[in-house]
Amino acid sequence: METVVQQIQGVPLNHYILFCSLIFTIGVVGVLIRRNVIIIMMSVELMLNSVNLLLAAFSAYSGDPSGQVFVFFIMALAAAEVAVGLAIIVMVYRNTRSVDINALNRLRG
Amino acid sequence: MIDLIWVIPLLPLIGFLVNGLGRNVLPKALVGIIGCGVVLAAFLVSCGVFGQVYALRQAGEPAAFTQPIFDWIRAGGLKVAFSFLVDPLSAVMLLIVTGIGFLIHVYSIGYMQHDKGFARFFAYLNLFIFFMLLLVLGSNYIVMFIGWEGVGLCSYLLIGFWFKNSAYAGAAKKAFVMNRIGDLGFLIAVFLIFSTFGTLEFAGIFPQAANMAMGDTTLLLITLLLFVAATGKSAQIPLFTWLPDAMAGPTPVSALIHAATMVTAGIYMIARSNILFTLSPITLQVVAAVGICTALLAAAIAITQNDIKKVLAYSTVSQLGYMFLGLGVGAFTGAFFHVITHAFFKALLFLGAGSVIHAMSDEQDMRSMGGLRKHLPVTYFTMLIGTVAIAGIPPLSGFFSKDEILAHAFAHSKGLWVLGFIGALFTAFYMFRMLFLTFFGSFRGSAEQKGHLHESPVTMTVPLVVLAILAVLGGLLNVPSALGGNHALANFLAPVFADSAAKAGTVHLDHTTEYVLMGVSALAALMMAFVAYRSYVVKGVVPAVDTAPRGWLSRLSYRKFYVDELYDALVVRPLNLLSVFLYRTVDRKALDGIVNGLGGAAGESGKGLRLLQSGNVGFYIFMMVIAVVALLAYGIVNG
Repeated sequence: METVVQQIQGVPLNHYILFCSLIFTIGVVGVLIRRNVIIIMMSVELMLNSVNLLLAAFSAYSGDPSGQVFVFFIMALAAAEVAVGLAIIVMVYRNTRSVDINALNRLRG
Repeated sequence: MIDLIWVIPLLPLIGFLVNGLGRNVLPKALVGIIGCGVVLAAFLVSCGVFGQVYALRQAGEPAAFTQPIFDWIRAGGLKVAFSFLVDPLSAVMLLIVTGIGFLIHVYSIGYMQHDKGFARFFAYLNLFIFFMLLLVLGSNYIVMFIGWEGVGLCSYLLIGFWFKNSAYAGAAKKAFVMNRIGDLGFLIAVFLIFSTFGTLEFAGIFPQAANMAMGDTTLLLITLLLFVAATGKSAQIPLFTWLPDAMAGPTPVSALIHAATMVTAGIYMIARSNILFTLSPITLQVVAAVGICTALLAAAIAITQNDIKKVLAYSTVSQLGYMFLGLGVGAFTGAFFHVITHAFFKALLFLGAGSVIHAMSDEQDMRSMGGLRKHLPVTYFTMLIGTVAIAGIPPLSGFFSKDEILAHAFAHSKGLWVLGFIGALFTAFYMFRMLFLTFFGSFRGSAEQKGHLHESPVTMTVPLVVLAILAVLGGLLNVPSALGGNHALANFLAPVFADSAAKAGTVHLDHTTEYVLMGVSALAALMMAFVAYRSYVVKGVVPAVDTAPRGWLSRLSYRKFYVDELYDALVVRPLNLLSVFLYRTVDRKALDGIVNGLGGAAGESGKGLRLLQSGNVGFYIFMMVIAVVALLAYGIVNG
């Protein structure tokens, strides 16, 4: 076990932080820019996964298992959210026949 | 009877309420009976009160009673009770107000018979009597002020009685506004009095004041402000121009308000506060100066006026000037005596003029009259008595009262006597001019007017006769010792003016001087009467038409010395310009600009913010991201 941890700690923490921030930013940009709602859902998942990775990294580096427990929670949450989100997308498609987010502008002032 | 004093003002108030509320339902006869009846009842109670006061004075008592009605204001140190004061001064005023008021009410039954507002007229007259009685009976400055303001209001209502004519309504407004300017002086004086003496009751103030030094500055200020109030109410310079315009009202109004009662309120107020004035010799000089100037100015205007009522109006202003002259030289009793006699003959003259106007089918220009002696004998004879009285020809009442004032003026300053004498010359001249133009010579009016000429009904002639008798006998009230009299009025009023007499000392002229003065003024009056006779009867001069060219002196007099034009330029137009400026620039541009601007700004910002609601979900998410980043940044910076 010790060697696994040592191996993991061979990669400096900064790399993990940078990497996860990058992935998170890519996820944010994806949500803002893409027009297909399914791609947006995927970008949201990307954001969640980047956070998961970071939490696991912090947990490994500080030896505190509560980070990994939190990861479990996030995964469960992400699954539930995807289920509901996809259900909504299906209903939206059935009503507007499109998965383009710009089609949903009826609340325009 | 003294405890019934509260009944005296209550009766006219009831008359006002009944006639006012029932003006459209009550028959004219009933309105007349109620209107005159309440004043007659008030007069009878006043006689009873006067009798009691007289009896006490004969026994040598000071005879001053206060009857509190209720506690009115109680705020901190200020305690004002609604209470009445009966003493010799107010007892005499009660008789004048109710007595002459009653005669004028009876006269009005005949004069206003054909007017649609008959009941409204009587209601207003009764209201006026009520307020005048409050003024006269008040035992403190506040109740007096209620009456003071109230008579100003009634004056407005009555001058503008025929309000559909905008010129008359304008005259009423002018009277009210000028009165109010004076009222400001009264109010500030009351504030000063309260801060100096701690009370507003006469019985509290005057004993305290008697202990103050002669020429005290606070008293000087108070008395000057009270005099300003008196100039407004009693039509002295500079606030006199409302009185000639007030002739727009019906003639009984002119007789009651602007001859006998309201305009004498100023003199009553100063007589009541005599100790304050005696201790302020500067104010008394101002009073005398203003009085004599007003007397001369008004007399100079009266000699060229052609409207019979305007002559009497300027005559009133002039005689009021004499009364103030009397007050200014310390002749308090003399001035008050002149108030009484003036009430008699001026009311008589106005009612007589009303009778003439009534007979002339509402014509007031004397150039259309003439020779009315034969058609209106009673009116002529009573007006002759009134004219002789006002000219100061013995033994009628005007001679005694005017002479007492002039004698005191002579003792005070020879110059004042000379000016007063000149004024008396003018008075005799213009009054006889009026008499001769109206009643002598041949009739100059239209044939239609001539057909309508008739003597007035009994309701109008009886008051004339009563007033004529009073004008003849009124002099007996205060015959000076030089003529073997016992100056009854002076003795009667002695306790009211006692403190002043103690401070100022009494005036003594030796009898020879008095005889000379009396003789000179009587002869001069007769001479001016003769001059007027020669001009208007023997030579038959008729005053020129309005457009005829006049010499500059005559023009000055005919155009009332351009005082109205002066006030228009100095006061009215700047105020109008200020009002227009405030309306156009401050109100419309600035204030409305601010309010509309705020509304506009709200609208514009709303329009701008609405664009945020684009309906674009991507935009909303973007805003969310921005907000989260901002919060994080804030947390990091302040963390």
